[in-house]
Amino acid sequence: MSNLLEVRDLHVTFVTPDRTVHAVNGVSFDLKRGETLGILGESGSGKSVTLRSILRLHPEHRTRWSGSIRVEGDEVLDMGPRALGDLRGQRVAMIFQEPATAFDPVFTIGHQIAETVQRHTGKSEADAYRRARELLEMVRIPSPAQRLKAYPHEMSGGMRQRAMIALALSCNPSLLLADEPTTALDATVQIQVLLLIRELQREFDLGVIFVTHDIGVAVEVSDRIGVMYAGKIVELAGVEQMVDAPQHPYSRGLLASTVHDGMRGQRLEAIPGAPPDLGEVPTGCSFAPRCKFVQPACVAKPPDLRPTGQNHLVRCILTEAVAA
Amino acid sequence: MDSVLPVEDRGGPAQPLLLASGLRKHFPVGGGLLGRGRKVVRAVDDLTLSVAKGETLGVVGESGCGKSTVARLLIRLLKPDRGTMVLDGDPVDEPHGITVNELRRQVQMVFQDSYASLNPRLTIAETLAFAPKAHGLPAAEARDRVRDLLAKVGLEPDTYAERYPHELSGGQRQRVNIARALALRPRLVILDEAVSALDKSVEAQVLNMLVDLKTELSLTYLFISHDLNVVQYLSDRVLVMYLGKIVELGPVEAIYGDPQHPYTQALLSARPSMDPRKRTKEAPIQGDPPNPIDPPSGCRFRTRCPFAEDVCARVEPPLADTGRQEVACHMRVAGSGHSKAVA
Repeated sequence: MSNLLEVRDLHVTFVTPDRTVHAVNGVSFDLKRGETLGILGESGSGKSVTLRSILRLHPEHRTRWSGSIRVEGDEVLDMGPRALGDLRGQRVAMIFQEPATAFDPVFTIGHQIAETVQRHTGKSEADAYRRARELLEMVRIPSPAQRLKAYPHEMSGGMRQRAMIALALSCNPSLLLADEPTTALDATVQIQVLLLIRELQREFDLGVIFVTHDIGVAVEVSDRIGVMYAGKIVELAGVEQMVDAPQHPYSRGLLASTVHDGMRGQRLEAIPGAPPDLGEVPTGCSFAPRCKFVQPACVAKPPDLRPTGQNHLVRCILTEAVAA
Repeated sequence: MDSVLPVEDRGGPAQPLLLASGLRKHFPVGGGLLGRGRKVVRAVDDLTLSVAKGETLGVVGESGCGKSTVARLLIRLLKPDRGTMVLDGDPVDEPHGITVNELRRQVQMVFQDSYASLNPRLTIAETLAFAPKAHGLPAAEARDRVRDLLAKVGLEPDTYAERYPHELSGGQRQRVNIARALALRPRLVILDEAVSALDKSVEAQVLNMLVDLKTELSLTYLFISHDLNVVQYLSDRVLVMYLGKIVELGPVEAIYGDPQHPYTQALLSARPSMDPRKRTKEAPIQGDPPNPIDPPSGCRFRTRCPFAEDVCARVEPPLADTGRQEVACHMRVAGSGHSKAVA
C-alpha cells in the first residue's frame, strides 16, 4: 500500500533580520491511511513546526524550506496558492490547542462549519447547514441544532474542541493533524476528546499525526511514536517498543523523568541542563551536552537515524552500548 | 531586624501550622443597574482546612474548582467574605493576632507564570534582595543572602545574579521565583501550579529541588496542581476540590489507593494510561465541569455523577469521616436517604 504522507529530509529555517532559527533539521517519516503517529517532544523541539509545514502554515517570506512533503503523492512544497487552498481543509485538516482562538469570535459555529463545507464542496447554504448539524452530532455535541447558532464564547472548552474536530472533518479529509488538542482541557474532558479522536480515526480510516508533550496522551492514541529533540526525530518506534524499551538516551530520560504512579519517595531521574539554542546548525549530536553516555565521536558529526530492530529507528551511535 | 530571622515554631509539632475555617469567597459578575440580576461566582464556599507542620498538602481539581482562589485567600491576596485563619496559634488580621503583613512573611507563594511573576526591570539579585531589604536587612547582608539563595536553588551566583529575567530559561526563572519565596525564611510555601508550565525534563529537576529544600529548610508546602501524578509524587495528604467545595480529603495513599468520592474516582481514572496494552476504553464521566456561576443545588457534582439520586439535589452532603479519609458524598453517610448509603 502506498503511503498517505511521505516526509523526506525536511529542513525548516526561520530567518528574520535579527536572528535565524533552525527549527527542523532533517525530519523523515511516512504515514499510512488509518495510522496514528504520535510526535512527542518538549517546547522548541520542532514538533509543531514539522506539523504546520505539512499545510505550509508558516509565513512564506520568512521561512526557508528544503526536502520533500508528499501528500498522496503530491509535493506540498511545490504547490501554488490554488492547490494549497484545495489541500487545506479538504485533504488535510488540522486541529489546534486553543479552540477559542481557532474559531472566529464574531460568527456562529454553524456559520463557520457551513462556510467551509460550501467552499470545498459547492453545496447550497441549506445543505451545508444540514451537513454542519450532522457533524455536530458525529462529535456528540448535545442538542446540535441549537449549538449551530452558538458563538464560540458560549461554549465550554470541551464543546469548542469537539466543534473544531467537526469543522476539521467537515470535508472528509484523509489526514488529520492534531497540535496538542487536549492540552488546554481538564482531565475528565481530555480523556473524552482523546477517545472521540480515536473513534473517528477508525470510523473514517484517517491518518492522524498527533503532536503532544504528554507521554500518557501519546500512548493513548498512537500506533507509533516519534520523539523529537532539537529539530530532529531521535527515535521512532511502535508505541509498545517505545514504552517498554526506549533506546535513545533522551527518550529514556524523558520517560524516566515523567512522574507517574508508584514513584512516590523515589528521586526523579532528571535530565540535566536545557535544550540547545537552535540559532546554529548543530555540528554533532544535539543531545550530547546533556547526555551521560557522551563520547568524542558524538560531537564529531551528527548521528544518523539507524534501525535497531523491527520498525525501530534510533539516532544514536551508542545504541548497542546504551541498551546493554 | 528580627523580622528577617526565621520564625521559631511556637505551638509545638501537633498544632497545625495553618488553620482556615469557613473560608468563603464569592465574586459578583455582570449584573444590571443597581445590582439587579447580579450573578455570583461561588469560587470557594465554606472551606475548612488545616495544614500540619512539615507536611505537603496537595490540592487537586479542574479549572473553576476554586483551587487558586484558596491559595490567594490563604495568603490574603484576596480578602475572604467570611471565615477565619489561624497561623500557629495566632489569629490573622484580628485584634490579638498577627497582621496580614506578618502572615505574608511566614507564608509565601510561587505562581505558574514564571515570567509574569518577575519584574523585568530588576536584575535577579535586585529581585531577591528586595524583600529582605524592605524588612531592614543591611545591604551587605542582603547581598550574602542573595548568593546563598541562588546557590540553594542551583543557580551559580556569579553567573546569574546580575542577569535580567528575559535572559533566563523558564526553568531557571522558576528557580528564581522559588528563591524569592524563600528570601524571608517563610514556614509555609504555597506552590500554585508552580511546575505546570515547565517541560517534563525540567519539571523533574525542579521537583527534586523542592523535595531537597523542604528537608533542608524544614518547610511546609501547599502544592496546588491539576497534574494528579505530580501531586501524588509530592504530597502527604491530598485535598480534592469540585466547584468551590472539598469533596474528599485524606492521606495520599487513601485518596489514590481507595478513592471514595465518585468525582475522585472519575478524576483518577481519567488519567491517560501509560500502558499501550491497557488503553482507556471509556471516559469515566461525560460533559464538562459546570459553570461556577449558579452551581447545582445539593451536591455540586450530582449533574455528572452516575449515582445521583433525589437526595443529592435536595441536601448538601457533609464532609464525613470514613476512618481513613473525609468524603462529602451521601453514599458514605449512613441514613442519608441515598439507596447506596453505607449501613
